[in-house]
Amino acid sequence: MIAYIVRRALYALPILVGVNVLTFSLFFIVNSPDDIARMQLGDRHITQQQVDAWKRERGYDRPLFYNAAAAGAARLSDTIFFDESLRLFVFEFGRSDSGRDIGHDIRQRMWPSLAIAVPTLLIGILVNITFALIMVFFRATYVDFWSVMLCIVLMSVSGLFYIIGGQYAVGKLLKLVPISGYYGGWSAFRFVLLPVVIGVVSGIGAGSRWYRTIFLEEAGKDYVRTARARGVGEFTVLFRHILPNALIPILTGVVVILPLLFMGSLIIESFFGIPGLGSYTIDAIARQDFSIVRSMVFLGSVLYIAGLLLTDISYTFVDPRVRLG
Amino acid sequence: MAASLRICRICVVAAAALSQAGCGEGAWNNPYAGDADGDILYSAFAERPKHFDPARSYSSNEYAVLGQVVEPVLHYHYLKRPYQLEPLTAAVMPRVTHYDAGGRVTRDTGAVATTAYDIEIRPGIRYQPHPAFARFAGGNYRYRPVAPAQLDGVYELADFAGTGSRELRAADYAYQIKRLADPAVHSPIAGILERHLVGFADLRARLAAAREALAPGEWLDLRAFDMEGVTVVGPHRYRITVRAGYPQFIYWLAMPFFAPMPWEADAFHSQPGFKERNLTLDWYPVGTGAYMLTENNPNLRMVLERNPNFRADYYPLEGEDGDAARGLLQDAGARLPFIDKVIYSLEKENIPYWNKFLQGYYDRAGISSDSFDQAVQLGQGGEFELTGAMRERGISLSVTYSTSVFYTGFNMLDPVVGAAGGERARKLRLALSIAMDTGEFISIFQNGRGIPAQGPLPPGIFGHRDGEAGVNPYVYDWRGGRAVRKPLDEARRLLAEAGYRGGIDRETGKPLVLYYDSASAGPDAKSWLNWVRKQFAKLDIQLVMRSTDWNRFQDKIRKGNAQIFRLGWNADYPDPENFFFLLYGPNSKVAHQGENAANYRNPRFDELFEEMRSLPNTPRRTELIDEMTEVLRRDAPWIWGFHPKSFVLHHGWLANAKPNLMSHNGLKYLKLDTARRAGLRDEWNRPRTGPVAVLAGALALFLMPAVVIYRRRRRETAL
Repeated sequence: MIAYIVRRALYALPILVGVNVLTFSLFFIVNSPDDIARMQLGDRHITQQQVDAWKRERGYDRPLFYNAAAAGAARLSDTIFFDESLRLFVFEFGRSDSGRDIGHDIRQRMWPSLAIAVPTLLIGILVNITFALIMVFFRATYVDFWSVMLCIVLMSVSGLFYIIGGQYAVGKLLKLVPISGYYGGWSAFRFVLLPVVIGVVSGIGAGSRWYRTIFLEEAGKDYVRTARARGVGEFTVLFRHILPNALIPILTGVVVILPLLFMGSLIIESFFGIPGLGSYTIDAIARQDFSIVRSMVFLGSVLYIAGLLLTDISYTFVDPRVRLG
Repeated sequence: MAASLRICRICVVAAAALSQAGCGEGAWNNPYAGDADGDILYSAFAERPKHFDPARSYSSNEYAVLGQVVEPVLHYHYLKRPYQLEPLTAAVMPRVTHYDAGGRVTRDTGAVATTAYDIEIRPGIRYQPHPAFARFAGGNYRYRPVAPAQLDGVYELADFAGTGSRELRAADYAYQIKRLADPAVHSPIAGILERHLVGFADLRARLAAAREALAPGEWLDLRAFDMEGVTVVGPHRYRITVRAGYPQFIYWLAMPFFAPMPWEADAFHSQPGFKERNLTLDWYPVGTGAYMLTENNPNLRMVLERNPNFRADYYPLEGEDGDAARGLLQDAGARLPFIDKVIYSLEKENIPYWNKFLQGYYDRAGISSDSFDQAVQLGQGGEFELTGAMRERGISLSVTYSTSVFYTGFNMLDPVVGAAGGERARKLRLALSIAMDTGEFISIFQNGRGIPAQGPLPPGIFGHRDGEAGVNPYVYDWRGGRAVRKPLDEARRLLAEAGYRGGIDRETGKPLVLYYDSASAGPDAKSWLNWVRKQFAKLDIQLVMRSTDWNRFQDKIRKGNAQIFRLGWNADYPDPENFFFLLYGPNSKVAHQGENAANYRNPRFDELFEEMRSLPNTPRRTELIDEMTEVLRRDAPWIWGFHPKSFVLHHGWLANAKPNLMSHNGLKYLKLDTARRAGLRDEWNRPRTGPVAVLAGALALFLMPAVVIYRRRRRETAL
């Protein structure tokens, strides 16, 4: 297994380099170093001399990929790309174009994101699996029919509607929780309650239907019929036989997103005023802060690769037939 | 069946418990922790402020916080209108002396070579408590130098236990001006000051050289550098010398750029390791103002707290007519500030912001387009008034004209619409000015919040004329006591005279196609771009929209590649010079990197501008402004757009709220009735749990038959 993990980690390196090149190219196609400087310095009364000085100070006066004026290896190393990208591989994010320590920002903002994302995921899985099992248990009855209808309705509603509707109904009309805001520590509970509920409810439709399909497929298999023929109770069939065997597709969808949880949710964080990482990248793009953009894209890539690896590893735990070598 | 009954019973008990809880004291939806009902003003911000270093900060959202912390020598009177400068930390208004080329005092405005501003600051003003001033008993600074090990776990200014203070000195103002010249600080007004301040360019060059010789991360002590135009005359006295007569310089003295900077703070924040921990002057401003920034987490909130060292400062004794009747002079002579703490919360979206304002969790709010109809309606006389729902809550509305102008500019370098097109292009511009119905634009896209501009000057600025005298006769007629846009036939006549009858170029026989550059995108922008297209279509002119991002748009404007574009300007200071300079030839964007985006150049206008800008507000200045306005209206380098109106709502418990768009330190005048606020908040925010119980009951009812099915299945036999 260790050899497999090392091999996958080595495979990741060219992927990460590729992601970096792509991010860098896309960003600088849209924003020139002059644009970045003007965004930081402001629009009013700024002269080209001031723009040039700002670029010089931050190394944005160098060529992007290839420095023809330099000699030897410096032709590649004395460039914006090399300088901005290499440090990322040791997770040194450096400073944003506005001067902030990116690593510190990430460490500070990941906790509020996790405070919403983790309970949303865990409660969501629990609710979705439970609901799906209920539908399977009551299959071909009115419960199954109306539950599927409910799922379709829930799936058809826009995510934004859940947020605005939730804030209006729970925060404004019923006045049960704050409409938006955030405080750390135990106070956070009041503030994450509504976003978590909205996150769970908005995911019930798609999640439950997906799990129902998986469970129904398992329920039709011979071993389930055999279990029933042997007089095994319906609960035991569902929880001891169907659920464990349906775990592989569930894990495929869930484990891969585990590491990405701390990247946050843009819309939920924005509407609820949660100071998480969800809006960090978007704000950075709006402010043309390349240092943050490249750090967050790099981090996202690393975490996605880690998620895929974790998924593979998790298969070995739920299915003894799977061996990683 | 017994199980179903059990479930029903549980639901009923839970509903009763919830209902009971709902009747309890205190609001569950309170978005604040701790003493939410204390003497705290609650406000919001939508976007992270970029800079709090007074040498760099240059936007209104930054000034809303920074202006409470740092104090320039002058400020605008809180109540009086038109805006009026008065001393803040200065003992008296600066003494202005003009000198001729020989260094002799002169009163001849034409002979002025330099102008000196002698400023005397009040003694006894002290800085906020700050670690930069903290000293050991022996006199050495406690946090300078700071060993790297001492910075472990330090990420906020509050992590430094010790603080100190000292008296404000004239040298601190001089130090800040030198910072403006420092290339490493990147002050946005360095270019302007280079033109006006004696010795500024020379100091800038010397500082650049000194920085080159400096080791990385080493602090550059600006006290060691002299500047010809800034002289510290005594502990509380200094002199600034500007080139020629530049009366507008006095307004700059009221901006945070010219706030004092203690050298200790600069040295403290320049230490190794501080930048990496965000412990910079750009993050933690230091000043003598009524408040100090104690928490700066712009991802969440910013907190201002009362500066314990704030001097004795008092509420104004007089205001403009009607202020007393509005209750704005009830606290005349009272000691400032009234409020202990101000919490700004990040609120990116309008909907939660508006709802929290209605719940009483924000003390004041602007009005977004989404909530405009809920808040404001047109009264019988056509004036805006609050809706009944707002009045019931005791909410008040303040309306004021912004010192801004939005316009559609023509690039005067363009061969079709610009100066090269001569009289033909002028008539085309005038025809388009008539066709573009600004009143309709304001009604549709601004909810009526604005007035059509008749020239560059907004109301409240010296030289602006109201009524018939202020009407642009090239675009409007005065009928029935109001300005009425000229009929489209007049525009068509002008178009025909310009050689584009029916939108066809008589020289080429081809349809006239114009290009409109815009930096706006998205559904909102699409609707107003469509509206613009329709305005041009009234004259059968085809308009090609060139939407792009802000960078490309700015680049086109800088290079003169745009033909027609829309821009706005928010005044730095309330003087006509700050609007007319947008059309001053030597200030053109392409040739001089100035703010004249239309690249308009008219020798007569430039000549008048040069005379007008150096005059005080006299009848002669009015004459010049009238003539300049006439030249501009005739040439029509802009389609005069509109001057926006600013609408602000505040709850009845917030007293002394009067919009002041020039003043940056208005928080200290505000006062809260916290008992009334707490009472109303409780009344408005009693939790309602009944519907939750009903929902739970409905769910139980839905599940009850399922339980029956389940029990039946369990009892079923295989055969």
